[in-house]
Amino acid sequence: MTDTRHLTELERHLLNDYQHDLPLSPTPYADMAEQLGVSEKQVLESLDTLHRDGLISRVGAVFRPNRVGASTLAAMSVDESELESIAEIISSYPHVNHNYEREHEFNLWFVATASSEAELCSVLGEMEERTSHSILALPLLEDYHIDLGFDLQWT
Amino acid sequence: MDMKTFSKQLQSINQHLAQLDAIDDALIRAIENGLPLCSRPYAEIARQLGIDEQQVLARLAGLQQQGVIKRMGVIVRHRELGYRANAMLVWDVPDERVSELGRCLSQYDFITLCYRRPRVLPDWPYNLFCMIHGKSREDVLQRIDWLIEQCHLESLPHHVLFSRRRFKQRGAVYRADNMRHTQKRQEKHCAT
Repeated sequence: MTDTRHLTELERHLLNDYQHDLPLSPTPYADMAEQLGVSEKQVLESLDTLHRDGLISRVGAVFRPNRVGASTLAAMSVDESELESIAEIISSYPHVNHNYEREHEFNLWFVATASSEAELCSVLGEMEERTSHSILALPLLEDYHIDLGFDLQWT
Repeated sequence: MDMKTFSKQLQSINQHLAQLDAIDDALIRAIENGLPLCSRPYAEIARQLGIDEQQVLARLAGLQQQGVIKRMGVIVRHRELGYRANAMLVWDVPDERVSELGRCLSQYDFITLCYRRPRVLPDWPYNLFCMIHGKSREDVLQRIDWLIEQCHLESLPHHVLFSRRRFKQRGAVYRADNMRHTQKRQEKHCAT
């Protein structure tokens, strides 16, 4: 995509002020609207637009890794000529939520999540077989980060 | 990959796995692709699950308290908002210093994740991982220099893995078998 599009004042507030502490009340969007001095309809429409434009992935929860199900970061070292086709195989799994090319000899990085450890092992094993590449599996051992979202700077 | 070692590592982590009952489980499934955008989103989820709105709210508060949910809010996509440069920053840190350095790095808001992970020798010597976001490559590199100074990391081997292409990004789906179902559900208009 090209340059970031112009954001309205309301959109900036929605993006920056509600990354955590979404009101746990029956009417969270009306609460946000009241705090921002706009109508609930405006909040809902703006969130819908931000979602359709791909600027937000959802209004919802971030789950702590490994608190539900089993997951791991994984990497592969893939020849440039094969990278796209192998990335496509990896992305085709519903278990994979992030899949990036990165600058390193290990150049394909993804996160795989499953409902159980056994399912995760079997998915990773199947990926190795289908791609004929071995996987570097790097599960999380300790989490140091307290997730408070990300302070967006507009200038 | 070495499945035996991996399996052991997972088991040691899963000791901390939360005990969730069937309703928590269904609730997580119902919200993992996002809350509905309507006046009473929790009532809508409640209707889908056949429980009442107050129960949904109480259970979500409980899941946050247990740490199963880290945060609830607007989940932004950094790249689309102008933070085009993101890098995974990895360090080879003596085991006895990992926690101290992990905590030091995590206090800065441009660090969006900070984890200890296993080394896989000889291929992979790094055991401390963080994600760092910035508006440009230079911006990210400057922030790394600053981090090195702040957390006294000068002598420790590290590597910066900038991202190139993004092949896929979305929220984690813990119940992959249900993915199609929940996505469809999210697109549906709210009944309330």
